[in-house]
Amino acid sequence: MIWDALLQPFADYGFMRRALLGSFAISIGATPVGVFLMLRRMSLTGDAMAHAILPGAAIGYLIAGLSLGAMTIGGLIAGMAVALLSGLVSRVTALREDASLAAFYLISLALGVLIVSTRGSNVDLMHLLFGTVLALDDAALILLCSITSLSVLILAALFRILVLECADPQFLRSVSGLSALTHFIFLMLVVLNLVGGFHALGTLMAVGIMILPAAAARFWATSVGSLVLVAVAVAMFSSLIGLLLSFHYSLPSGPAIILVAGVAYGISLLFGPSGGLIAQAMPRRHSEV
Amino acid sequence: MLLKSAAVILVLTVAGPAAAQANKPIPIVATFSILGDMVERIGGEHVAVATLVGPDGDAHVYRPTPADARAVNKAKVLVVNGLEFEGWLDRLIDASDFNGIRVKATDGIEPIAFEEGDGHAKHDDDEKHKDHGKQDEQAKDDHHSAFDPHAWQSLSNAVVYVDNITATLSKADPSNAATYYMNRAAYVAEIQALDAEIRAIVAKLPANRRTVVTSHDAFQYFGRDYGLTFLAPHGLSTESAVSAKDIGHLIEQIREQKIPAVFVENISDPRLLKQIANETRAAIGGTLYPGALSAPNGPAHTYLRMMRHNAMALAQALGS
Repeated sequence: MIWDALLQPFADYGFMRRALLGSFAISIGATPVGVFLMLRRMSLTGDAMAHAILPGAAIGYLIAGLSLGAMTIGGLIAGMAVALLSGLVSRVTALREDASLAAFYLISLALGVLIVSTRGSNVDLMHLLFGTVLALDDAALILLCSITSLSVLILAALFRILVLECADPQFLRSVSGLSALTHFIFLMLVVLNLVGGFHALGTLMAVGIMILPAAAARFWATSVGSLVLVAVAVAMFSSLIGLLLSFHYSLPSGPAIILVAGVAYGISLLFGPSGGLIAQAMPRRHSEV
Repeated sequence: MLLKSAAVILVLTVAGPAAAQANKPIPIVATFSILGDMVERIGGEHVAVATLVGPDGDAHVYRPTPADARAVNKAKVLVVNGLEFEGWLDRLIDASDFNGIRVKATDGIEPIAFEEGDGHAKHDDDEKHKDHGKQDEQAKDDHHSAFDPHAWQSLSNAVVYVDNITATLSKADPSNAATYYMNRAAYVAEIQALDAEIRAIVAKLPANRRTVVTSHDAFQYFGRDYGLTFLAPHGLSTESAVSAKDIGHLIEQIREQKIPAVFVENISDPRLLKQIANETRAAIGGTLYPGALSAPNGPAHTYLRMMRHNAMALAQALGS
């Protein structure tokens, strides 16, 4: 029974195995990035990025027609430009990160819509650019796994400085010149994971798997390292259960995975020991957090 | 003398523009490329056709632009498919203040009902369901139509389309009605010749090689006419989301029935179909054109060419 319900779909079908591999890859690569986004109060960046990449994809389409490669690279460049510019503005002016990002992504989106409509495009570019986890071909899997490997390595190298940048950016700026560089590298990672995720999995899944597990993990972990580990575990678990639900109950796969993550978030909100609702209601000693 | 010249000048001033008017082509808007092609065949030089969803365009997810609203506003006739194919149309008409004649090309055909939730892969039942395609069955799901809108995939329906268009053009422009009916006759003759040709080709296919997989459910009318079965992971619209169960089911069917070919479409992402083909060792038989003509240098840039291309591609993949 367990075999039938849990393992047989993966044993029988190649597309389920690939979907699982792709989801695990993005769980390991994107979710830690999401943890840092949450810590830096930039959780809505993902949605903004989904719109910001439009002019890049449009220009890619203008240059090379319906080539997914060209549109993805174009989207990547546009996303990087928006991320960089908003980071720069927030460092150099009085405007904070959230407002500067909002300003740039809106400009980018409007530009994208303009480019698309003046050229009279007949296809919905975004429709083509965003994929589904059930249709991962070799190229998409290689892309996802490469992005994940790169992300993990970079995050490991920059871990301590990233944590400090989240916690006390002014202090970091005063003691080290690496602050700006770290910030930009981090934004690159965000865009890379998102665009790779959009291409392979669709907007909902890519952004959802970045933010929801991080939000759920917040109620269980007390250090950044354990936050990352718990978030990755939640993401991987949601991917597995979501895919199985999609298989057994004919639900669309992306939303199923994200809803399982959402349920995990709800349970964590209620029962999580570190700041969850029930934990807060119970009497405790002063020295506990 | 002066009076005579004045009379002549007066007559010319009035008659001149009227004569010029009779020669100016009527502005017509067709919602997508197949309808546009048909109107051009029937109207010839007497019509100026603007098409909203152009070649390789996906009318299921089309978003109209201000230029479209301007074109609709100026049009004397608007040719639509109907059967809720153009979900975005009503708002466009409201916004553009259209006050010409609107013709629904599917008036008078026998539509195939689509039952959402039946499982996309089971389509042998559709033929039995066409009698009770009632709107209230689908009342809860206003996003999908109760009927399959891809009626142009049947050549006999195409004749109905052509008749409806011709009748409306003649009503809008009675002075050229004779020309329209002449063009119609020639066009219908070509349609019927192609129909006979396709019937002959399909009749040669063996009985166990008449099932094919496409991207979305657009070929039910074609299947009904010629006795082929079409399966698809997406439902009636390219917008629908796919579940793992649907794909697993489709793969099982392909393996069981030994379906030899899957076909990608010019308007949708081929990745899902390629995934399915990889896993079942079915070949990718080529590209089919479900609802849009190809670019002018492509293999399907008129309606008749499109139907012929689809039929040949299918016959080739199934016959080999």
